[in-house]
Amino acid sequence: MITEPQTNYQADDRGYYGDFGGAFIPEMLYPNVEELRSQYVQIMQEPSFQKEFNQLLKDYVGRPTPLYYAERFSKKYNTKIYLKREDLCHTGAHKVNNTIGQILMAKRLGKNRIIAETGAGQHGVATATVCALMGLECIVYMGAIDIERQAPNVARMKMLGATVRPAMSGSRTLKDATNEAIRDWINNPVDTHYIIGSVVGPHPYPDMVARFQSVISEETKKQLQEVEGRENPDYVVACVGGGSNAAGLFYHYLDQPEVGIIAVEAAGKGIDTGESAATSALGREGIIHGSKTLLMQTPDGQITEPYSISAGLDYPGVGPMHANLFRTGRGEFISITDDDAMQAGLELSKLEGIIPAIETSHALAIFEERKFKPDDVIVINLSGRGDKDLNTYIEYFKL
Amino acid sequence: MNRIQQKLQENKKLLSLYFTAGYPAINDTMSILQQLQDSGVDMVEIGLPFSDPLADGPTIQESSTAALKNGMTTQLLFDQLKDVRKTIDIPLIVMGYFNPMLQYGVEKFCATCAAIGIDGIIMPDLPLAEYEAEYKTIFEKHGLINVFLITPQTSDERIRQIDAASNGFIYMVSSASTTGAQSGFGNTQSDYFKRIDAMNLTNPQIVGFGISNSDTFQAATAFAKGAIIGSAFIKHISAHGANSVADFVKTIR
Repeated sequence: MITEPQTNYQADDRGYYGDFGGAFIPEMLYPNVEELRSQYVQIMQEPSFQKEFNQLLKDYVGRPTPLYYAERFSKKYNTKIYLKREDLCHTGAHKVNNTIGQILMAKRLGKNRIIAETGAGQHGVATATVCALMGLECIVYMGAIDIERQAPNVARMKMLGATVRPAMSGSRTLKDATNEAIRDWINNPVDTHYIIGSVVGPHPYPDMVARFQSVISEETKKQLQEVEGRENPDYVVACVGGGSNAAGLFYHYLDQPEVGIIAVEAAGKGIDTGESAATSALGREGIIHGSKTLLMQTPDGQITEPYSISAGLDYPGVGPMHANLFRTGRGEFISITDDDAMQAGLELSKLEGIIPAIETSHALAIFEERKFKPDDVIVINLSGRGDKDLNTYIEYFKL
Repeated sequence: MNRIQQKLQENKKLLSLYFTAGYPAINDTMSILQQLQDSGVDMVEIGLPFSDPLADGPTIQESSTAALKNGMTTQLLFDQLKDVRKTIDIPLIVMGYFNPMLQYGVEKFCATCAAIGIDGIIMPDLPLAEYEAEYKTIFEKHGLINVFLITPQTSDERIRQIDAASNGFIYMVSSASTTGAQSGFGNTQSDYFKRIDAMNLTNPQIVGFGISNSDTFQAATAFAKGAIIGSAFIKHISAHGANSVADFVKTIR
């Protein structure tokens, strides 16, 4: 039997991207997840929802974000590099595109209590922000270790009126904060909406979050048409932890085979060092947080703790969309070490006057090893700004 | 007939206990099982520890973390249970999360369970739709009973579906909570217990979550066929040691 090449890289009705996705949830979560699953597409397509979402993205988030031709950076690597400036979004990263969408979803579902998980605190801040905007109660779960490491973001969430609850179980980082948020949802099944921050979790979350983030590639298409006379670049490049900024940039290019997709993971101290977050290289198929995907685990199926200098990339899994892009070969996966990412962040600062988030710096670092043609048009998602990472930059470069 | 189905036909309220394999010490499994049987417990859930137990409260999270630190693995548990049917004849159920089962291989996991004499499996994060689409034939080939959960929020329609898919008992989660809740039972629970009882389901129900003592056991089994105790038992052996199983069972009935 000849199998057709896959021509659709979006989720199917059951939330599967090829072999990956689904909803592996305990029965206690079924009513919540089913309520969302049965309504999310319809709600998102309502004209009143669209109007409110787009208005907030424009007036509150500051969209559309610029597509900026990075001339000096391009010259250095002898190719044409555009930066999609998500770092200019309100709160400093793409995360808010999703939280705006989900808070509007929560209101339409009649929920009055919001929970979220956060690692470095960016998604927590983005959630606390929209809860303040809508006047809803907000509880953010954050690993006890991350609370110590990310004091400024904890303070931001508190100023915005959120309650930050430490996750004390397991390794006390992002994965455990996610577990605690899920447990909260089990304990509060009626009035609470869980705003997941990435394209992970049970169906419909990966698809819903990707749709909210897809505004990134929707704008890119229009903007590239204006400057290059074509909607499709030769490559789109984004860093991947869970993978929400990548899902947003890839979204409208997934089924355009002439556009190369490059996903950049965090190698940490090196793939073979035991201190890495390069899930495509080190992960195997399994279940994490309700989704079948690639994840880092022991041979016995216990989920392991990843490492990256970037708190936004140290998630032991990857969204099912990306697992499928990897398995099918539709996406090219590159991993970048802490050192190379830090150098790339410094380089962009000096060449373009833009200090990127360390997550984003991983995507900027591919040009040392991955060569492009001089007339290739490459769009990199500049997913976040580096303010939150200043302490890490200071310590690393002894600034 | 499977041991679980036979036990369910006995004319009594069933007491079932859960413990985490590998806790408090790595080699306590057989000793705890023997004490449970000797104390008159009707059925046992043997917990296979997982790094990220989403449906569990702090007590079972901590016992799972400790068991993993002690070195418990799927294979080691099966090795410990190799000769269990020489001495233990009450129904045994393996309870855990789906990822370790998936990594071991669902077919191999089920075949090993059947060879040992395990009677049933509870995997809270293996939902009905995925089970029926991918795994049901494997479970059934090896004669294993898969136990599904229902909660106070589960719709009547879905309860009927779960009843139709079950061939042992239904695990009735007492309240919207993770394991180990201590609040006792109020009107919400008794309304829920009555509502399910009135549905006249094909499969008997066994209540779990929030049962910690004689009072909550009595309340839970007023309508249901039996009850499962987990966190309270683990707390007891944490405080009194792995040889104190009989003392705990005596306080329940």
